[in-house]
Amino acid sequence: MGGNITAEALDRDERRIGVYICHCGLNIADTVDVEAVANYAGTLNSVAVARDYRFMCSDPGQDLIKNDIKELNLNRVVVASCSPRMHEPTFRKACEAASLNPYLFEMANIREDCSWVHDDREVATQKAKALVRAAVARVYYNDPLEIKEIPFNPDTLVVGGGIAGIQAALEIADSEHKVYLVERDPSIGGHMIQLDKTFPTLDCSQCILTPKMAAVGAHPYIELLSYSEVEEVSGFVGAFKVKVRKKARYVDEDKCTGCGLCQEKCPWTADSEYDVGLSKRKAIYTPFAQAIPNVPVIDRDSCAYFLKGKCRACEKFCETGAIDFEQVDQFIELEVGAIILATGYDAFDPSTISQYGYGIYDNVITGLQFERLSAATGPTGGEIRLKDGRKPESVAIIHCVGSRDQNYHEYCSRVCCMYGLKVAHIVKDKTNADVYEMYIDMRCFGEGYEEFYKRVSEEGVNFIRGKVAKVTDKAVSEEEEGKLVVICEDTLLGSIIRVPVDMVVLCIALEARSDAEEVARKFIISRRADGFFLERHVKLDPVATPSDGVLIAGCCQGPKDIPDTVAQASAAAARALAMISKGRVTLEASVSHVNEDLCIGCGRCEELCEFHAPKVDIYEKPMPVSRVNEALCKGCGACAVACPTGAISIKHFKPEQILAMVDALAET
Amino acid sequence: MSEFEPSILCFACNWCSYAAADIAGTSRIQYPPNVRLLRVMCSGMVDAEYVLKSLEAGFDGVMVAGCHIGDCHYISGNIKAQEMVTRLKKLLHILGLEDERLMLKWIATSEGPIFAETIKEYVEQLKKLGPSPFRKELVT
Repeated sequence: MGGNITAEALDRDERRIGVYICHCGLNIADTVDVEAVANYAGTLNSVAVARDYRFMCSDPGQDLIKNDIKELNLNRVVVASCSPRMHEPTFRKACEAASLNPYLFEMANIREDCSWVHDDREVATQKAKALVRAAVARVYYNDPLEIKEIPFNPDTLVVGGGIAGIQAALEIADSEHKVYLVERDPSIGGHMIQLDKTFPTLDCSQCILTPKMAAVGAHPYIELLSYSEVEEVSGFVGAFKVKVRKKARYVDEDKCTGCGLCQEKCPWTADSEYDVGLSKRKAIYTPFAQAIPNVPVIDRDSCAYFLKGKCRACEKFCETGAIDFEQVDQFIELEVGAIILATGYDAFDPSTISQYGYGIYDNVITGLQFERLSAATGPTGGEIRLKDGRKPESVAIIHCVGSRDQNYHEYCSRVCCMYGLKVAHIVKDKTNADVYEMYIDMRCFGEGYEEFYKRVSEEGVNFIRGKVAKVTDKAVSEEEEGKLVVICEDTLLGSIIRVPVDMVVLCIALEARSDAEEVARKFIISRRADGFFLERHVKLDPVATPSDGVLIAGCCQGPKDIPDTVAQASAAAARALAMISKGRVTLEASVSHVNEDLCIGCGRCEELCEFHAPKVDIYEKPMPVSRVNEALCKGCGACAVACPTGAISIKHFKPEQILAMVDALAET
Repeated sequence: MSEFEPSILCFACNWCSYAAADIAGTSRIQYPPNVRLLRVMCSGMVDAEYVLKSLEAGFDGVMVAGCHIGDCHYISGNIKAQEMVTRLKKLLHILGLEDERLMLKWIATSEGPIFAETIKEYVEQLKKLGPSPFRKELVT
């Protein structure tokens, strides 16, 4: 791999640097006088050639570099173009293709850091010259680095067992590669299993999801760790180590047959999470009938034995002796090559918007609660009923509850318009009620969505364009007596209207998980300002993250509907399979290096390294010396800063490289 | 223009602040051209020597920009940077330099607008403070 020029050979040779200034079409050339920058670069120390070209990242642009390396014997290359976070890999590869070690390449960012943020041509050109000067000064001191590879662990961890995690796990497992699927709840299924019908085709959500769930449960290449959470992650792409906490179920999975007798006999109840509080479940429970795995858990917070030390009814009735009150959390260590995060979303809590009356009025419910009312598996067996059991005669559906609202979430949750329309259709289908949709804009962008909007419009649903101000039970007229009154500005009529209804359905936003920050920290990935996980590139790399080998799929990356979630999950699986298929992973070459002549073996580096890379060899004669395990080192540089004798430096970030840049940037 | 234009060197962490500057660029958020970015892998990689040499080289202000506490790509590099900056600030006084010549700032990847705003504010702050005594010549 890489060039075959050794450091010694380079020391003997003079530096011959090629500098390439990219126009980036007009993105740079519009603000920066690229020709002047190239001319200036040509005057710099050790620069053998300086050119400007319209698109350096294009094939002809890259060929320019490759040919010059060969014909002009270049041994260093600088490209001044976009951010190195964008095209550094591209140009490093181009150098490598021309047998130049990729670390003898340096990039000056004259687009994001210059032409795009300054509009004065003279100032921008001046700054671009400084940035090029600094890159040339740095590359002078760059060393060729050895690129090492290790085998890629073909096992994958998928975190989250909603539709995204299920899809990703199945895609990978079907290629006969092992997947560990970790799900925090007692069963996989996620939010999708709570839904009744899915827009716009009105497929029954359970009917399309349960076969996939069953496939996960039975798959020889999937190890399902339900009721489990990831505790710790260490290692790196290709060789992650993951510690998983398998929470105590108090039921022995091997003995339980899933007969359900324990749940029948348990006298204690709590609000059902699955039915979003619309029904009760037992203290020992499986969340729903089709749960995978079909093994109940005991909820300590509602179990009389755990609360008061008495009961154990489940244990008495269990014929296989599966109940185990002594069970404790177990810790499992996994080794995987890639990680796919599919941790989903939280449904927005509308009680924070108190004027909508959620939690105050019985018949103000969320979209998710409506799903449970409407589902055949729900508390009413699929009948749309008010709290008192009556059928509603009128229903209002309020859009953008918590979305597109500067007080809550500025973003659009992307699914609410469509599920609002679906709610309208179902109400029309199952009752004779009048239906009102209060919306800001209708956003029906997907396949078959606009057609569904048209269909629902023709079903006699009343569409009112405006943001709802308030839901109240204070009647001002006879027809409002005993009703919920939705007060709303109809922006098409230009007047405030009052709509008395029996039921209000709130189209609540999708928001980042409340523990998204902690999860991001655990997997060392970033989040957007709105809390969702940040992809590596918003358009071109939507499943990768800045942490190599950690991929994201589904709503943890941002609100999306089921088709988009499935597409992204498959994409994440494909990315993992590409790494598995390659079978090896390149180690970070920019790692810590100990000059053993200077090291006094004080152990300061070993003490502070978060990754346990340096270790002092205390038996070394005449003096103990620190040695770095390069596979563990991430190149953060903390040891180099702390080293009292200056024995440690980070390859590719040596002091002379940094200080050369400092001096070059300070020049005016 | 005879107004003093301060020069700023910003050591920017690859994983957050440098990416934030990229986002400021992609979003075309304009900010003063007084700043030069020097990409490092972690704010914890910034040696006190680098800061001192930067000030010696004539920069009016040096900024170390890293990830918010808890978000470090290398777990605790930013905490180490914070310790370095705290220590170094004491030394700056001895050298006769003001506190403001060294600035530590946490800027997350998504905070492109905050990056631009930080540069604007720092430029204003340094304008009020005046040129560094180490500045070789006063040029705009």
